Amino acid sequence: MAELEAGTATAPRRSRPLSPHLQTYRLTLTMLMSIVHRITGSALYFGMLLLAWWLIAAAAGPNAYANFEWFVGSWIGRLVLFGYTWALLHHMLGGIRHLIWDTLHGLEPADREMLTLATVIGSVALTLVVWVIGYLAMGGPR
Amino acid sequence: MNAPHSNAPQMRTAASRVRGLGAARAGTMDFWHQRVTAVAGIVLTIALIVIALSLLGRSHAAVVQILGSPLVAIIMLLFIFNSAYHMWIGMQEIILDYVHADKYKFLSLMANTFYAIAVGLACAFAILKLSFGV
Repeated sequence: MAELEAGTATAPRRSRPLSPHLQTYRLTLTMLMSIVHRITGSALYFGMLLLAWWLIAAAAGPNAYANFEWFVGSWIGRLVLFGYTWALLHHMLGGIRHLIWDTLHGLEPADREMLTLATVIGSVALTLVVWVIGYLAMGGPR
Repeated sequence: MNAPHSNAPQMRTAASRVRGLGAARAGTMDFWHQRVTAVAGIVLTIALIVIALSLLGRSHAAVVQILGSPLVAIIMLLFIFNSAYHMWIGMQEIILDYVHADKYKFLSLMANTFYAIAVGLACAFAILKLSFGV
């Protein structure tokens, strides 16, 4: 009777592959950078407003452009621009990593963690390089 | 056979009418286009950073002249349209993953389309104005 009830109430259970569930798998760098890729993508999505502001201000005239320059020259503007630079470069390197994975290379546990670590180190290093070049181009921090 | 275009009341479900016709062959289109725009995005992002660095500290007049010059303007337009399409697909994927209630799902999908087109067009218009003057 108990067996019959169990049989009718639930279908026979098969073990199915699990998605990277947080209660099943410990957090790895690959998992963390998976969501960071989405977060940086979303940040860049809204960051397009900054690009639009820059271009529209340049097209509108000197006064509008001065307002934009004032914003990116302020500490909060610098912070936003620094974050935008990092998000852009990290999303680009993460994208390259995804394109490598699309070719079925670098998917072994050690390889994918190494590739992922490379995107983190690479994005931070490239961001600093771009900002150093930027400050040099402007003749030192202002 | 069923006659989908007759005026008679339909008893068949939509699924039963299309079953056996095969795939619409568009199932992987977003996936593929996201890869195409990603590859283009690598080159265009590097180009954008180089352009932005070269404009640092310059006067408004110089910025207008450089952004409006043909080669820079073309690269900027390519970056803008490529990014607008890439981010439209990406945000759609995020919405489809996280927003399940129909009302909010379709509203946010619509908002995504409006935003991507509006911001892309605004950037492109600015570049065109810088290029052609007025």
